[in-house]
Amino acid sequence: MSDVHVYKKSPAEFNLGQRRARKSMRGQIMMFSLMIFLTIMSFSMVMAYQADVIGFSKYLIIPTLMLFAAVQVGLQLYYFMHMNEKGHGIPQMFMYTGVIFAFVVVLTFLTIVWW
Amino acid sequence: MSSVAQKRGFGATLWDWLTTVDHKKIGILYLLGGGFFFIVGGIEAMIIRLQLLTPNNDLVSAGIFNQIITMHGTTMIFLAAMPILIGFMNAIMPLQIGARDVAFPFLNSLGFWMFFFGGVFLNISWFFGQVPDAGWTSYASLAMASEGHGVDFYAIGLQIAGGGTLLGGINFLVTIINMRAPGMTYMRMPLFTWTTFVASAMILFAFPPLTVGLFLLTFERMFGANFFDPTMGGNTIIWEHIFWIFGHPEVYILILPAFGIFSEIFTIFSRKRLFGYSAMVFATVLIGFLGFMVWAHHMFTVGLGPTANAIFSVATMAIAIPTGVKIFNWLLTIWGGSIKVTTPMLWALAFIPTFVMGGVTGVMLGTAPLDYQLHDTYFVVAHFHYVIVGGTVFGILAGTHLYWPKMFGTMLNETLGKVTFWFFFFGFHLTFLIQHWLGFWGMPRRVFTYMDGQGWNSANVISSVGALLMAIGITVMVYNIIVTSIKNVRVANDPWGDGRTLEWAIESPPLFYNFAQTPLVRGLDTVYIEKMEGNLSGITPAEPVQDIHMPNGSFIPFMLSLGLFIAGFGAMFRTEEPWGMAVLVIGLVWTFAAMAMRSLKDDLGYYVKKEDILKDMKRKGGQK
Ligand code: HEM
Ligand SMILES: [Cu+2]
Repeated sequence: MSDVHVYKKSPAEFNLGQRRARKSMRGQIMMFSLMIFLTIMSFSMVMAYQADVIGFSKYLIIPTLMLFAAVQVGLQLYYFMHMNEKGHGIPQMFMYTGVIFAFVVVLTFLTIVWW
Repeated sequence: MSSVAQKRGFGATLWDWLTTVDHKKIGILYLLGGGFFFIVGGIEAMIIRLQLLTPNNDLVSAGIFNQIITMHGTTMIFLAAMPILIGFMNAIMPLQIGARDVAFPFLNSLGFWMFFFGGVFLNISWFFGQVPDAGWTSYASLAMASEGHGVDFYAIGLQIAGGGTLLGGINFLVTIINMRAPGMTYMRMPLFTWTTFVASAMILFAFPPLTVGLFLLTFERMFGANFFDPTMGGNTIIWEHIFWIFGHPEVYILILPAFGIFSEIFTIFSRKRLFGYSAMVFATVLIGFLGFMVWAHHMFTVGLGPTANAIFSVATMAIAIPTGVKIFNWLLTIWGGSIKVTTPMLWALAFIPTFVMGGVTGVMLGTAPLDYQLHDTYFVVAHFHYVIVGGTVFGILAGTHLYWPKMFGTMLNETLGKVTFWFFFFGFHLTFLIQHWLGFWGMPRRVFTYMDGQGWNSANVISSVGALLMAIGITVMVYNIIVTSIKNVRVANDPWGDGRTLEWAIESPPLFYNFAQTPLVRGLDTVYIEKMEGNLSGITPAEPVQDIHMPNGSFIPFMLSLGLFIAGFGAMFRTEEPWGMAVLVIGLVWTFAAMAMRSLKDDLGYYVKKEDILKDMKRKGGQK
C-alpha cells in the first residue's frame, strides 16, 4: 500500500465542522417544509378548481403550478443535491447549458416552426 | 506494454487485449476497429463510383445501390471517423494533461466494445441480405417503407454503437475536468485537449436526441408504435428534426478533434507557439455552442416557412465567423515560422484551402433561397465531402502519421507518407471538385444511374478516376504501416524533435502508467518551456516517486456488449421466429448479469511498487 497519512482534526476545526453541519441541517429542514407547503398548495388549488370554487380558473392554476414546479426543482438541486455548496461550478455550467439548449429547441418549435 | 520485450503466448496476448482498460491500448483498438470500417466504407465508395462511371450502368441494381450508399455514409461517419478520432483522444489526451489514465477506465473499455459490437451488428446485415437502405439520415417516410430488416439493423446497431460513444464522451469530460496534472489550468491545455473537451460536451448533448430518435424508430418498426406514420396521427417531419438536432452537432463533433490535431501540427512544425491561443479556445467553444442552433438548415426545403428559414439561415452563417477566426490563427501560426514540411504538415497545409472551400459552399447552402436550387443535388455531396474528407479525414491521416510513433514506437516512412498524401490529395479534388458542377447541372444525389446525353458523363468519369487515386493513396499507407511494423525501428521520446506538450516528454510508446511522477505544468507548451530553460527531460515532477494505483483489466465490458448484441437479434426476430423472444430475453438477462457482476464484485485495482518504478526509470536512464 502507499503511505497512508492519518489526519487528526483540532478541537476548533471539529467545532466548526459541527456548526456547519448544524447550519446546513437547519437549511435542509426549512427547505423541506417549504417544499411540502408548495405541494399542499398545488394539490389544494387543483381540488378547488375541481370543486368549482370561484376565482380558481385554469389560467391561474396552470401557470402557478408550473412556477411551483420550477421552484421545487431548484430547491431539490440546490439544497438536497448540494449544488449551493462550493465545487459544483462545472455541473452547474453543464446543466444550464443543457437547459438553454432544450429551451431554445422548444422555443423554436413553438414560435417559428409550427405556428 | 512495458519497454522490455516480454515473450507471451498468443492466447495471453489476446486475453490482454480483450480485457484491457489501458487508455493507450483502447486507443489502438479504436484505431484498428475504425480503420477496418474505414476500409469497408472505402470499398463501398469504390462500388458507388464504379456504378456511376457510365450512364445507364447496371453493375448494381437500384435496390443494392441504395443499400451501398446508406451503409457507406453510416459506416464512414459512425464506425470510421468517430471511432478513429475517439482513438486519438484516448491515446493522446490523457498524456497531454499529465494523467495516468482516463477517469473511468472500465467505462472506456465498455465504450469501445459497444462501438465494436454495434458496428458488427450493422454490417452483419450484409450476410442476411437485408441491408439498411433509407440513407444515413434514415428519413422516417423512407425508413417505414423499407422492407425486410435493413432499417432495424440500422436502428439497433446505431443504438448500441451510439451508447458507446456517449460513454466515451462523458469519460473524456470527467477526465479533463478532474485529472489534469498540477498547474494544468484550463487555459494551459493543449488545443487537442480543448477540442476533445468541446467535442465530448457536444456528444453529451447531441447523442441523447439520437438515442430517443432511434428508440422511436425501433418501436415504430418492431413494436407497432406510430410516431411517424401520418395515417395514424404521427408526423414524419418529427424524425427529421430529431435527426438533425443530433446530426448537425455531430458534424462538428467530427471536425473539432481534427481542428485540434491540426493546431498541434501547425505549432510543432512551424516551431512557434500557437497564434491567438485564447481566441482559438473561444472560437472552439463558440462553434460548439452555435452548432446546436442551426439544425433546420438541413430542412429548408421541407416548408418550415420564410421566418424559420431566415432565422436558421442567419444562425448558420454565424458559424462561419469563429471558423474564420481559426483559419486566420492557423495562417498566422505558420507565418514567419521555421517550417518543416513533414507528412503531417503537408496534410495540415492542404487542409486549410480545402476546408475553406467546404466552408464557403456551406455558407452558400446556408442561404435558403439558393438551397432550394442546390438541395439534394451533387453540390451538397461536394460540400460535405470537402468538409468531412478535407477536414476530418485529412485530420485523421495527419494524426496517424503524427502520433504513430507515440502510439506504436515506430516511425512511418516519410517518403511513403508523402506518396500517400499526393495520391489522396490529388484524387480527392479530382473526385469532388467537379461534383459542384454536377450539382449546378442538375444531377440529383443518391441516384443509382443517369441517362446519357445530359452532359454529366465526362464529369462522372473524372470523379471516378479521382476515387481510384484516393484508393491507391490509402493502399500505399497500409503498405507503409505493414513495412514499418515489420522493420520495427524503435524511436525515442520526441521523434519529431519539436514536441511542445507533455506527450512528447515520455517514452514512445509510454509505459503503462504513463508518468513515473506526475508532472508539474508551468505554462502553455510546458515541455517547450522546460527545454528552453535547460531541463532536457522536459518535465519537472510534481511529486516524489511513490506507489501508483492502477485499475485491473476486466472482461465484463466485452460480455456486456455481447449481451446487447444478442438482445438486438432477439428484438428484430421477436415476432417472426419462434426463438426471437427467447433470444431477446437471454440477451437482456446476460447484459444485466454482467452489470450485476460489475456492481457486486469489488475491484479495487492494484499498486505499482515504488521499486519497480525506480527500476524502470533507471533503465531508461533519463529523468532523475
Ligand atoms: C461554415 C460551416 C458550414 C455551413 C454553413 C454548412 C451548411 C450546410 C448546409 C446548409 C447543409 C444542407 C444542404 C442541403 O442538404 O441542402 C449542409 C449539409 C451538410 N454538411 Fe455542412 N455546413 C458547414 C460545415 C460543415 C462541416 C464542418 C461539416 C462536417 C465536418 C459539414 C457536414 C455536412 C454534411 C454531412 C451535410 C449533408 C447532410 C446530408 O444531407 O446527408 N458541414 N451543410
Ligand atoms: Cu448542418
